[in-house]
Amino acid sequence: MRDVDRRTQVSRRGFLRGAATAAPAGAIAAAGITITREAAWAQGAKNLLPHTMATLVKAARDIFPHDNLADTYYVVAVSGYDAAAAKDDARAMIEGGVARLDADAKDRFGQAYLDLPWEEQRLTVLRANEDTAFFKKLRGDLVVSLYNQKPVWVKFGYEGSSADKGGYIHRGFNDIDWLSDA
Amino acid sequence: MASFDLNDDGVVCIVGSGAGGGTLGNELAQRGVKVVILEAGGRHEIADFVNDEWASFVQLAWKDARTTSGTWRVHQDFAGLPAWIVKAVGGSTVHWAGASLRLQEHEFQIRTTYGALPGANLLDWPITLAEMEPYYAKAENKMGVTGTNDIPRLPGNNNFKVLAAGARKVGYTEVHTGNMAINSQPRDGRGACQQIGFCFQGCKSGGKWSTLYTEIPKGEATGNLEVRPGSMVVRIEHDDSGKVTGVVYADDTGALHEQKARVVAVAGNSLESPRLLLNSASSKFPDGLANSSGQVGRNYMRHMTGSVYATFEKPVHMYRGTTMAGIVRDEARPNTARGFVGGYEMETLSLGLPFYAAFLDPGAWGRSFTSALDMYSNTAGLWIVGEDMPQETNRITLDPVVKDKNGMPVASVHFDDHANDVKMREHAYAQGAAIYTAVGATRVFPTPPYPSTHNLGTNRMSANARDGVVNKYGQTHDIKNLFISDGSQFTSGGAENPTLTIVSLAIRQAENMSGMMSRGEI
Repeated sequence: MRDVDRRTQVSRRGFLRGAATAAPAGAIAAAGITITREAAWAQGAKNLLPHTMATLVKAARDIFPHDNLADTYYVVAVSGYDAAAAKDDARAMIEGGVARLDADAKDRFGQAYLDLPWEEQRLTVLRANEDTAFFKKLRGDLVVSLYNQKPVWVKFGYEGSSADKGGYIHRGFNDIDWLSDA
Repeated sequence: MASFDLNDDGVVCIVGSGAGGGTLGNELAQRGVKVVILEAGGRHEIADFVNDEWASFVQLAWKDARTTSGTWRVHQDFAGLPAWIVKAVGGSTVHWAGASLRLQEHEFQIRTTYGALPGANLLDWPITLAEMEPYYAKAENKMGVTGTNDIPRLPGNNNFKVLAAGARKVGYTEVHTGNMAINSQPRDGRGACQQIGFCFQGCKSGGKWSTLYTEIPKGEATGNLEVRPGSMVVRIEHDDSGKVTGVVYADDTGALHEQKARVVAVAGNSLESPRLLLNSASSKFPDGLANSSGQVGRNYMRHMTGSVYATFEKPVHMYRGTTMAGIVRDEARPNTARGFVGGYEMETLSLGLPFYAAFLDPGAWGRSFTSALDMYSNTAGLWIVGEDMPQETNRITLDPVVKDKNGMPVASVHFDDHANDVKMREHAYAQGAAIYTAVGATRVFPTPPYPSTHNLGTNRMSANARDGVVNKYGQTHDIKNLFISDGSQFTSGGAENPTLTIVSLAIRQAENMSGMMSRGEI
């Protein structure tokens, strides 16, 4: 049966340039992105602190971890928060939420959330915060902002729009070939 | 194309252009009756539809404010979105999946068949299956339903093949690709299904029946039908004698207009239709129009729904092809040995990755959830459609606080599952899991109900005026020239997708309404 080619279809660099990121595209290192305060996309934020941007990306990855997705997709998923933070109340909610994550992380493990080395430590902090308005908003927004990225779809084997390709009538709507083995 | 004057009090004014309103409008126009359809949404034609779940949702869905309460999980997860229905010309026939099943004989007589069930407000329909059969036949022919009128069934897609193989291993026998109002071959000027998927986002091939490109243009071609998009009806007017005289509606700029009418037919879906009757309260009708029984807005039903998704070692690509062309009907038969009354259908269902992420387990996060999404391409899915019990306390009321942009109170939707609904859902989850396990599922997910697509019962039909809102023709008991023409007429929901019954009732209503008009009764 016809499966889906899951290789990245565009360069990460080009993808990030096309996406609504706060960072100047030229500043993004082509050779992979790491989640740090020093990253260009964090430094380029206009309304949020670099530490806040980096923490949001780290938390996004911890909330919806997909080990086959590069960090770039998580950067894009939270990039809209910088523009939203032009409004005082939105900025206060986001910065306050990150501050609370950090306070919890320091209480439990002695370091800011972003600096906790192990996923299990960060999950302990997130679980303690999952009833907060900040966490619920972040999780709810990410369900759309992460999974509604077309470059992400192919990673999951989802092909997106089909009418423009003539539907699946000649492209494998009924090509399953393993049921007799079941 | 017709254009009628606001002061033309000879027209039938229909509120809504979906399965009920769109069909009624065409059927009346074909009989020479002048009709104005007021549609709250815009007119988006086939070329405008997009194969993109969220973008299509923004284009088509009814997103105006509604509020919710009750113990149903939709209130917890989607507090402002109790229903996933359409605000556009064609109504929810733009979005529907095409499943076209007749109600079963006993489902018209649930009080007689099920007895008095504590907590439920059961009532027999004032009509029988035998009375409905000629209209079902007309509707099936009109809509081109597969498996009727010598129309072949659709070919099964991968998702169906998994369902069918599992169902047969479990021992189910009534398994096929359904009775679908989707062309398996060209018919009625529309082409055949291209297995696009995206049935919920508006059919790009036009193979799926929708009033948008069947009933409405046919009615318009008679010169007797005018459809006015962007027209949100805010109030129904009446005179001192208690007859309705027209409706007041807001256009897209918010300006109000009054359309005079000889007859008003309300077909705004089971949330908006009772809301409109309640918002039309006057000194003569302080509890809202047609509400002497107190039943307007009550007995809200949404079908006992849920989904079962399962992952497999090898790919399925469930999203390819017709979304709902696949059904197991064995559990729809009544059999109280299962511990509940009524029954349920199991139908293939798929969501694209964006909606699968949003609906698989709303509120979930972490690796248990994301590992399910990682298996998206190896996932199969089915939807459960079962009969839920009408309850007086499940109801649409006017929200005491929230108002729409026209200043009218919005619909507030209260729903609690009946104990029978819960037992049926547990049974269906187990049977769905058994089907997929039989063909090697590695993991199975019982998935909670989505925002309601089958909204029913809030202006129900009754033989006696004290028990319901409308009579067997959809005519309100209280006001002879006011009709209800959508699924809110349903006295009970049955286990079947409701559109075929809504269309059949609209055909029957048009016949009776035009007869009443020609005899001068209304």
